[in-house]
Amino acid sequence: MKVKSINRRKAENIIFKGTVIFLSLLTVIPLILILFFVAKKGISIIDLNFFFSLPKPVGQEGGGISNAIVGTMILIALTCLLSIPLGILCGVFLAENRKSRLSFWVRLWVEVLQGVPSIVMGIIAYVWIVRPLKGLFSAFAGSVALSIMMLPMVIKATEETVKLVPVALKEASMSLGVPYYKTVLRVILPVSTSGILTGILIGVSRIAGETAPLLFTAFGNQFMNYNIFKPVNALPLMIYRYATSPYKDWQNIAWGASLFLILFILGINFIASGIAKKWKVQF
Amino acid sequence: MESPVLNTIDFSLYYGETKALDKINIEVPENQVTAIMGPSGCGKTTFIRAINRMHELDSSVRREGEIFLHGKEIHGLDPIGLRRKIGMVFQKPNPFPTMNIYDNVIAGYKLGGIKLSRTERDQIVEDSLKKAALWNEVKDSLHKRGTFLSGGQQQRLCIARSLALNPEILLLDEPTSALDPKATKRIEELIVELKEFVTLMLVTHNMSQAARVSDYTAFFYMGELVEFGKTEKMFTSPDDKKTEEYLTGKFS
Repeated sequence: MKVKSINRRKAENIIFKGTVIFLSLLTVIPLILILFFVAKKGISIIDLNFFFSLPKPVGQEGGGISNAIVGTMILIALTCLLSIPLGILCGVFLAENRKSRLSFWVRLWVEVLQGVPSIVMGIIAYVWIVRPLKGLFSAFAGSVALSIMMLPMVIKATEETVKLVPVALKEASMSLGVPYYKTVLRVILPVSTSGILTGILIGVSRIAGETAPLLFTAFGNQFMNYNIFKPVNALPLMIYRYATSPYKDWQNIAWGASLFLILFILGINFIASGIAKKWKVQF
Repeated sequence: MESPVLNTIDFSLYYGETKALDKINIEVPENQVTAIMGPSGCGKTTFIRAINRMHELDSSVRREGEIFLHGKEIHGLDPIGLRRKIGMVFQKPNPFPTMNIYDNVIAGYKLGGIKLSRTERDQIVEDSLKKAALWNEVKDSLHKRGTFLSGGQQQRLCIARSLALNPEILLLDEPTSALDPKATKRIEELIVELKEFVTLMLVTHNMSQAARVSDYTAFFYMGELVEFGKTEKMFTSPDDKKTEEYLTGKFS
């Protein structure tokens, strides 16, 4: 057998390492370019006024995105309210009943649900909620569409995290005569907080930028609205409408809103990774 | 023999089709240490898990026969109440990682929804930790996480957690198998001290441990109870040939 010289092996090692590092950097470049480009286009429009004022009609100077920010926050809050409790319960069920026939089917449905295009969610919410309410577009209908999208993410995050909880911990609790539901709520879920929360935040950061499900549900609104049963504006909707408009002012606002939305999502992701690290429970 | 706190009548257990325990008849004497020993896979852990009905967490397990606690059939009791009366300590120390030492000890009450006054709680925590010989080491750090303790201390914390509920029986499933010799010695001393308060059943694969701490020994082999009697007698002149072979190391 021919033995490669040590220098040859070292060189191969360096080449391989270099290639890996180069390729990983390459994948980050699109993100950096996007951030840079959006920042360049959007930064000039952003000032305090941008965040706190309502959109203005075409031709008027200024105008902001306050209603879209509020709308997006309302949509996120409602979506969380709808999808988190359901998602966590379903995830716990799947983790606790790994082999039952029901959990096999539920798991399959969750995976299929994850693959359903977002525009379909919008149509579904339109047919189920907007139409029966006599065409009443609303934040609520938008949240339903978004929560169906977020549900699989919460379920998966919960299932995977709860699966990692040692059986010994569950047994410790059960052997103290703690009822099963309390074992889940007070022992299993608390040690899973970091994983579940990370999953939720990543879910939020995904739905925060969704436009398609909102087109026929939340619809958009030129005014400030706090009523969840009325149409609301949302950042991605606003970006969609303004960016496709022929007016320069509106296009600029779309750039500003895009920058804000990207930074917002980036921020959520940073928080998520911070939580994943800091709150992780050692077993 | 003293009055039995627990006895079984023809108790058998199946995992699916596999028979794990075969017609076990045993009378566990009160306030004594009963060691359960035998080679791996002989059903000793299965047996003590059946005593506080932990085996029911696995739905494929089926049982036959009866277990009586003070003359009452345990399968007719509420499993939650039963598990408060029969505590369990596991192979690996498993304190609740999100709770501090104080909350770990009181966890049985807190999670079980039993309301106590502040002074009652303090009293139970102090008593239980004292019984588990841990009080002096942790009394100044009751509000630290239980997982910061050493392995042996964690195991004693788990014992304190079970003792807090004032159980009649404490089941110990190889409680020292994950510990170093020094910590093992502490636990063994503790087991002997605890006889005063509670009946102990100790699963061990360590023969000398059984000899050191137990008053009675049960020898399990292939899911059957081969021999049961005073530890002294069993280790000096066992009745059964299998027991003798096991004790002399002919198989393990």
